[in-house]
Amino acid sequence: MSQVIDDDPRIIEFDVRTDEMLVNMGPQHPSTHGVLRLVLRTDGEIVSEIEPHIGYLHRCAEKIGENISARQFIPYTDRMDYLAGMNMNLGWSLAVEKLMRLQVTEKARHLRVLISEMGRIASHLVGMGAYGLDLGTFSPFLYAFREREKILDLFEEACGARLTYSYITVGGLTADLPPGWLERCEAFLEQFEPIIREYHALLTTNAIFVKRTAGIGVLSPDMAINYGCSGPVLRGSGVDQDMRRDGEPIYTAMYDGYAFEVAVMKDGHYPRDHAYPAVPADAVLGDCWHRFFVRMLEVVQSMDLVRQAIDQYSACKGPLGEPVKVAEKIPAGDVYLETECPKGQMGFYLIGNGSAIPWRVRARSSSFSNLSVLAELCHGCLIADVPAIVGSLDIVMGEIDR
Amino acid sequence: MAEYLIQTVGLPGWLTWSLLAVLSAVLILNLMAGGALVFIWAERKVSARIQDRLGPTRTGGSFGWLQSLADGIKLLAKEDLMPEGADGMLFRVAPYVSFCASFAAFIGLPFAFDMVGLRLNVGVFYVVAVLGLEVFGVILAGYASASKWSLFGAMREAAQVVSYEVPLGMCIVVPVMLAGTMDLVTIAEKQAGWFTNWYLFHDPFTFVVFWVYVTCAVASVNRAPFDLAEAESELVAGFHTEYSGLRWSFFFMAEYSSMFLVSGLAAVLFLGGWNGPVPIATLLGLSDGTGESTGAIVRLLGLANLLGKATLGVLIMMWIRWTLPRLRIDQVMTTCLKYCTPIAAVMFAGAMTWLWVFPGGVLNLDDGSRRPGEIREGWLEGPGGRSTAVSDAPVDDAPALAEIAEVSK
Amino acid sequence: MVRSGSCEAAASVRLPTGVACETQQVMGDKNMRGPAFLESLEAAVPGGVVGTNLEAIDPWVEVAPAAVADVCRWLHDSPETGFDSLQCITAVDWFEPDPKKAAKAGWDPHLELVYHLWSTRARVSLVLKTKLPRWKDDQPGVPPEVASVAGIWRTADWHEREVYDLSGVVFVGHPDLRRILCPEDWEGFPLRKDYEMPLDYHGIRGR
Repeated sequence: MSQVIDDDPRIIEFDVRTDEMLVNMGPQHPSTHGVLRLVLRTDGEIVSEIEPHIGYLHRCAEKIGENISARQFIPYTDRMDYLAGMNMNLGWSLAVEKLMRLQVTEKARHLRVLISEMGRIASHLVGMGAYGLDLGTFSPFLYAFREREKILDLFEEACGARLTYSYITVGGLTADLPPGWLERCEAFLEQFEPIIREYHALLTTNAIFVKRTAGIGVLSPDMAINYGCSGPVLRGSGVDQDMRRDGEPIYTAMYDGYAFEVAVMKDGHYPRDHAYPAVPADAVLGDCWHRFFVRMLEVVQSMDLVRQAIDQYSACKGPLGEPVKVAEKIPAGDVYLETECPKGQMGFYLIGNGSAIPWRVRARSSSFSNLSVLAELCHGCLIADVPAIVGSLDIVMGEIDR
Repeated sequence: MAEYLIQTVGLPGWLTWSLLAVLSAVLILNLMAGGALVFIWAERKVSARIQDRLGPTRTGGSFGWLQSLADGIKLLAKEDLMPEGADGMLFRVAPYVSFCASFAAFIGLPFAFDMVGLRLNVGVFYVVAVLGLEVFGVILAGYASASKWSLFGAMREAAQVVSYEVPLGMCIVVPVMLAGTMDLVTIAEKQAGWFTNWYLFHDPFTFVVFWVYVTCAVASVNRAPFDLAEAESELVAGFHTEYSGLRWSFFFMAEYSSMFLVSGLAAVLFLGGWNGPVPIATLLGLSDGTGESTGAIVRLLGLANLLGKATLGVLIMMWIRWTLPRLRIDQVMTTCLKYCTPIAAVMFAGAMTWLWVFPGGVLNLDDGSRRPGEIREGWLEGPGGRSTAVSDAPVDDAPALAEIAEVSK
Repeated sequence: MVRSGSCEAAASVRLPTGVACETQQVMGDKNMRGPAFLESLEAAVPGGVVGTNLEAIDPWVEVAPAAVADVCRWLHDSPETGFDSLQCITAVDWFEPDPKKAAKAGWDPHLELVYHLWSTRARVSLVLKTKLPRWKDDQPGVPPEVASVAGIWRTADWHEREVYDLSGVVFVGHPDLRRILCPEDWEGFPLRKDYEMPLDYHGIRGR
C-alpha cells in the first residue's frame, strides 16, 4: 500500500506524514447515495485507500426471479434502479421478448422510446441535483427535483405510479396514454428547455464547481473499459459507446428512425457543443466534470428523442397491442441483453426451460461495475473529493445490491 | 445614564455600574437570542424562496414567524445525548465556550452613538480577538465528541479560522488607519454624513478591501462556501455531529450571532456604522447631544441603520450559502493565503499611499455633522494640547477637539 | 428482425420460425461466431473449446474449465478479437431438487459459469460457458474451483466475488475472494437450487 502512495505524485507535496486513521463513511452518511459503506484509510485529509462495502440493500432479486413468472418479475426490476424504473422495465421486457421472439407493435415501440427517454431525463435530474448536494450546494437539487416532479406527474397520469411504474412490460405496455398527455408532455419540454441553462449557470460553469470537479477522479478510457464501466461514466472518459446505437438489433431496432448523437467528446468537441458552456481549461477527459457534463448533454439528447417519439407515436393509428399473459410460458434457451439505462448498460440474463418461470435470472448492474472503479479513482484524493467522485459515478444502491 | 442614577436617584456608584452592566448584558443576550431566532427563521424563508419552496407557513399564523421558537422548544425538550467515549466535561462546556465568545464580542460593538456595551479605545482589537476565541469551542467540541468526523471538522475549523484571521486583520487595519483610532465608535463617527463619507467609498483600495473583508468574514464564521467544519456532504455534520438538543442549538446561536457580529463590524468599519446613507437627522436639524430630547430619536434612527446594515450582511451570507458549492480544504487555504492575504496587504499599502496623496479625501461631502475632533486617541492628547502625533489631522479640528475634551470630562 | 414498419399491426407479433432465422443472421454480425474464429481459438488454446452452439439466440462457446483463464487471456489480448470488456459473469445451478423432475431434466446436475464478453472496438459480443461440478470432488459443502479472470478484466473482481457469494464457486487466483452482498458470516450459497433459507440469523427470524 505504502508503495502506491509513494508513487502517487500528488502525495509527495504533502510530506508531513502522520498516523493513519480508518474512517467509516456510511452506511448512514449524507452523501453515499443510499446505504453504501466506504472504509477510508486516511492520513489527515488525504485518502490513501478506500474500500466499498455493499450489500446493505440486497433483496435476492435474482432468487425471486427464479420463483415467479417473467412478467411478474417486472415490479422487481422497478426496485433495482428505483430512479429510472421505466428503463429497468424496458431492459427486462426486451430480454424476455428476445427469448420469446416477440415483436411489439410500432405504436408500443414509439411509446417505449418516449417513456424510457423521459425516464432518462428524470434519472439524470436526480444525478445532477444530488451531485450538487455532494458538493455542498443545495439549491440545484431542489431545482432538479421540481422538474423531476413534473415528469413523475406525467408518469403518474400514464401508469398510476410515481416511482415503481411497471409500465413497460413484456409484449408492450400496460396501458395507452390518457388523452391530452402528449400536449402536457410537450408543454413540459417547452418550459424545461430554458431551465437547463440555469443548471449550467449554477453548476457546470460555476467557478467553485469547476474547481471541485475538473481534474478530479480521472478515469482513463482503458481503465473504464477494463472495469466494465458503462453509460455516462464510460462516455465521460471519451469512449464512444452507446447501446442505443451499438447494442443488439432487438434494442437498436427500437430506435430505428430516430436521430441522435452519442454524447461523447470526439476530437475535443462534444456534439453540438456550441450551444453549451465551453469545457473548462482545467478539465481532463474522464474527470468528474466530464462525467457530469455528459449527463447534462444526455438530458438534452433525450428531450430531442422524446420530441421525435411524440411525432412518431401520434402518427401511429393502430392499437397498442396487448402484453403477454402473466403466466405466459417462455421457451427454453438463454438470452442476454444489455440496454442503455441512465446509469449505464443494464444487462439481463435469462434462462428459460419451457415453463412460465425462468430457470435463472441474472441482472448485470451498471452501477455495480461503475462503483468497483471507485477504489482506483480515490487513490490519494482528499476526503472532500470522495463524495465528488462517488457522486460523479451516479450510483444507485438498489441496482448494485439488487 | 450613570450620571442620572448617581446624581439624581442617588444610588451608590458600585450599584449603578453593576446595574448598568447587567442591563447591557441582558440587552445583548436578548439581541443574540432574538437575533438568532429571527435569522434562523429568515434563513429558512430565504432558502425556501431561493429554492422555489414556501418554507414554514403555519407556525404562529402567517409566514411561520414562530417557527424558530417552536424549534427552540422542541430542542429544549430533546434528550441530551452524549457519546459513550466522549470527554464529558469538555463536551458539555464546548457549546458555552462558543456562545460566550460570540456574546463577549458583542460587548464592544456599538449599535449607535453611545449605544455600546463598553466603549473601548481598542474596540476593534477586542472584538476581533474575542470573536476568534469562538474557534476554541469548536475545537473542544470536535475533540471531545470522540468521533472521527467531529475531529476532522475541528481540525479544519482550526486551520481555517487561524489562517483567515491574518487577512481579516489586515482588512480591519485599513479603516483603523483611515480613522486613526481603534475605537469603533470613533471610526463610525468619522464616516458620518453622506454615504460618500463611508470608508467603502473612501478610495478604490478600501473598496477592494471591503470585499476581501467580506470573503474573510464569511470564512471566519464558517458559512458556505467555506463551511468546511460542518460540511454535511463530507463530514456528516462536522464538529457538531454528536450534539443534540439545547447544546446543539447553542452552537447554532453562536453561529448566527457571529454572522451578525461580523456584518455589524463590516457596517461600522466600512459602511458608516449607524450613519445612514443620507444624514436625515442633520438635515432635519435634530441633535444627538446626550441631554437633548431629540437625542433618543437620533439614536434609535442610528440603531435601525446599523441593524439594517448588519441584517443585510447576514442576508447576503444566506444568499451566498444557498447558491454556491463548497470549496475543498486546500482551496480554502489557497484562497486565504494566495489571494486574500496578498490582496489585503497591497490594498493596505495602496490606502496608505492614497491617504498620503489626498489627506482630506476626495469624495467627502462635509455637512458639518461629523465629530472630527475625535480623531486621535484621547491619551495622545496631553494636558498641553494636541501632541505631535495628531499634527497631521485636518485643520478644522481644533474647536471640536476642545469641545470633546470638555464633554469627556 | 421484421422491419415492417406497419403502424396498423394489431398486436404483438410472435415471429414465425423463418423470420427468426433472419433475426439470427442479423445477430450473426453482432456476435463473434463462425468457423474461422473457432479455428483460431482452437489453435491458440488447444483443447480449450469443448463445444459450441451457434444456432442459439445468443451463440455460445463452451470452454474446458481448466482452460478458462487461457481462453480469456487470448480473447482479451489477441488483436483479432480484442474482447476488452467483460460484461457479466453468471453462475447457473443446474440442479433439480425434485427427484421426479430431475429424472426428466435431461442433464446431470452441474454448475455452469457464463461469461459475457464485449469488444468496445469491434462492438461484438461473445458468450463463453464452462461446466463445473456442483461440489469439488463430490464433497457437499466444498465449492468447486476455477481460475480467476480478475487479472484480465478488473470487472471480474467484484463479479467473481458475487458469484462466490451467491453461487459458491471458488476463483483461484482472485486477489480478495470474500462475500460481497451477503454478510461475511453468512452460511450457504443462496442461488444454489438446493439452498435452504436459514431459520435464524443472529436472532433475526428467517421465515
